[in-house]
Amino acid sequence: MSVYFDNNATTQADERVVDAMLPFLRAGYGNPSGVHGLARDARSAVDGAREHVAALVNVHVSQVLFTSGGTEANNLALKGTVWGMEIERMVVSAVEHASVMDVAAYLRESGCQVRELDVDHQGVVDMAAARGVVEEFRPQFCSVMAANNETGAVQPTLAVADLVRANGGVMHIDAVQALGKVPVDFPQSGAHLMSLSGHKIYGPKGVGALIVDKAIDFVPLFQGGGQERGLRSGTENVAAIVGFGKAAELALKEGFERSAHVLELRRELERRLRSLAGVTLFSAAADKLPNTVFFGANGIDGETLIVALDTLGVAVASGAACASKSARASHVLLAMGIEESLARSAVRVSLGHNNTFDEVSFFVRALEKQLKLFSSMPALW
Amino acid sequence: MNLPIYLDYSATTPVDPRVAEKMCHYLTLGQDFGNPASRSHTFGWRADEAVETARGQVAALVNADPKEIVWTSGATESNNLAIKGAAHFYQGKGKHIVTFQTEHKAVLDTCRQLEREGFEVTYLAPKPDGLVDMQALVEALRPDTILVSLMHVNNEIGVIQDIAGIGEMLRARGIIFHVDAAQSTGKVPIDLEQLKVDLMSFSAHKTYGPKGVGALYVRRKPRIRIEAQMHGGGHERGMRSGTLATHQCVGMGEAFRIAKEDMAKDNERIRMLRDRLWTGFKDLQEIYVNGDLDQRIAGNLNISFNFVEGESLIMALKDIAVSSGSACTSASLEPSYVLRALGRSDELAHSSIRFTIGRFTKEEEIDYTVRLVREKVAKLRDMSPLWEMYQDGVDLSKIQWAAH
Repeated sequence: MSVYFDNNATTQADERVVDAMLPFLRAGYGNPSGVHGLARDARSAVDGAREHVAALVNVHVSQVLFTSGGTEANNLALKGTVWGMEIERMVVSAVEHASVMDVAAYLRESGCQVRELDVDHQGVVDMAAARGVVEEFRPQFCSVMAANNETGAVQPTLAVADLVRANGGVMHIDAVQALGKVPVDFPQSGAHLMSLSGHKIYGPKGVGALIVDKAIDFVPLFQGGGQERGLRSGTENVAAIVGFGKAAELALKEGFERSAHVLELRRELERRLRSLAGVTLFSAAADKLPNTVFFGANGIDGETLIVALDTLGVAVASGAACASKSARASHVLLAMGIEESLARSAVRVSLGHNNTFDEVSFFVRALEKQLKLFSSMPALW
Repeated sequence: MNLPIYLDYSATTPVDPRVAEKMCHYLTLGQDFGNPASRSHTFGWRADEAVETARGQVAALVNADPKEIVWTSGATESNNLAIKGAAHFYQGKGKHIVTFQTEHKAVLDTCRQLEREGFEVTYLAPKPDGLVDMQALVEALRPDTILVSLMHVNNEIGVIQDIAGIGEMLRARGIIFHVDAAQSTGKVPIDLEQLKVDLMSFSAHKTYGPKGVGALYVRRKPRIRIEAQMHGGGHERGMRSGTLATHQCVGMGEAFRIAKEDMAKDNERIRMLRDRLWTGFKDLQEIYVNGDLDQRIAGNLNISFNFVEGESLIMALKDIAVSSGSACTSASLEPSYVLRALGRSDELAHSSIRFTIGRFTKEEEIDYTVRLVREKVAKLRDMSPLWEMYQDGVDLSKIQWAAH
């Protein structure tokens, strides 16, 4: 059996998405900036995809800027706004993705003051603390993710946005992990800017979008041919954009059923994990994404456990894929006040709509087996 | 023969069926859809392996070390990363950059952005044949010049620059040399072991690969440093963050593998077709080839048809997909800035058509194109009062036009 439980890292593109893309890898190869028929076909395919992405988050097509993915969307949102609006003070939550954290660190080096919003033990932004920071520091820009990629904890973005906006600040929401799993409605979210990604919603890698409020004046990351109204130059990745559009269309149509299904799986998984000795569920009391379970098994090295699970046929992660290379404990868990030894044992299960109850059982049995094996071995660490 | 005939290979190329097949595998099948950055399971390892194989294929085409290849979302990003990345890293040494008026927008507009940040940029005009005037370049260099950016092959007129000679001259002066090679891979041999080039931009979709992926070569010996332009996660050894799109990287790798294998064969056939096209036009009155005809890639023919308006001709040539300049600016009605930089008049720049021939062009398509263009040019000229005056021997440059 081969079980894929790492859907927060990436998802397998839906067959209907691939089918929609293929014509643009074959006969439909025009460059959308051209004037002839092939070029116009490519242009209208991009426009069609833009409508689907716009519909998924309830915005006008003119608010959708296609990018090469979530990382570029976050870079564009943060740097573009900080440079374009000459922002001197910004805040980010302590549990943001590396593509926000690293950009904030870069902006700090270039002179912008950056502060972090603390999270509570559940990994949720602490609103009392946030209120204090916003009132005292008066940030002109704030970035908080809609839901965390590791814990799945849904963040109080609307409440933060209200605070930030009341002080005249710009609000950015990284909705990469939330999209397709919980409703994401840009006009209702309080955001001026919102990042999206294709490959987390059963679309292709290499495409994402930044949703932009018309009131934002920002500087592009790339200069060039002036595509995307001059805000994102570079020949459009037509096939991937079409795939993203199809994935967005499917997410809008089928998202509710998908989420209902993975929520049932998650509940079953959590019930079984709670019965295992020594297992701690993180963010257990938080409002969470329906698909994400993050847990630790004290005294065990998470990386070793995960690699052992892989040989048994289950793919899970220790946290964010981007940080998978490093041996550091999750910055998210540390920010939640989890002890480092427990944090180092962390395992993330992120379910997808193709997963089944059988796979959940298979995983739990494999996990039990490994935990028993580890506990019978002398501690080497 | 299928219509329309595609002769716009410099705007974008069809994905080679062999490339599309490889890409489909990584989009659809079983265990190969993982995130290449996932280091804890088979799905991630397999994706990573595919990306690294592809990196080796890209490196092999240009005789570089795979460690010198950084994936990007395309040549626009590569050019931005190279120019801003080097300018930001080396600004302590100087803030002067030299480039050319005939560069792609992704270079020119990036340089404009650097000017806004306080850099000084010299935009040199090429010689009337489109080639770099070495003497003018040497004279433009200053003690604070840190970077020269030059395209290997021009996207509109197809001329090939002497990057070997220019590289030697710049290396001797310790100036970083960036080359935009988006239009030259698979058309001109590139050997980065020999060439004194420090940074080189590549695109997949001009070489029968997919859109949305490119690469930047960053030399390791002597080592060139660049400041990252996209942060987060530290992919690509910190130079370019973001999840790698496995199928796109695989597509570019396969496209470059095929380019290495087929370049000589492709070039010979394409040159034969291009010459056939030119032979078909040669005897027309008042036509001008833009750019040097010898120092030029096999597949490009850029011609100004005097007394014919380029856009009207394109409209009349509905069965043929061509452009009047680069795709990025083809929606605007401005005459090509590249042709203007060569010293062409507005009229001639406005009457230009770029024919670009590629791997899938057939002889019968060239013959059809010749017939159709000759017919339409004659028809449009018949309707032109200027053409009639020219035929009557009136010197149009001496006419004083009355204002309305």
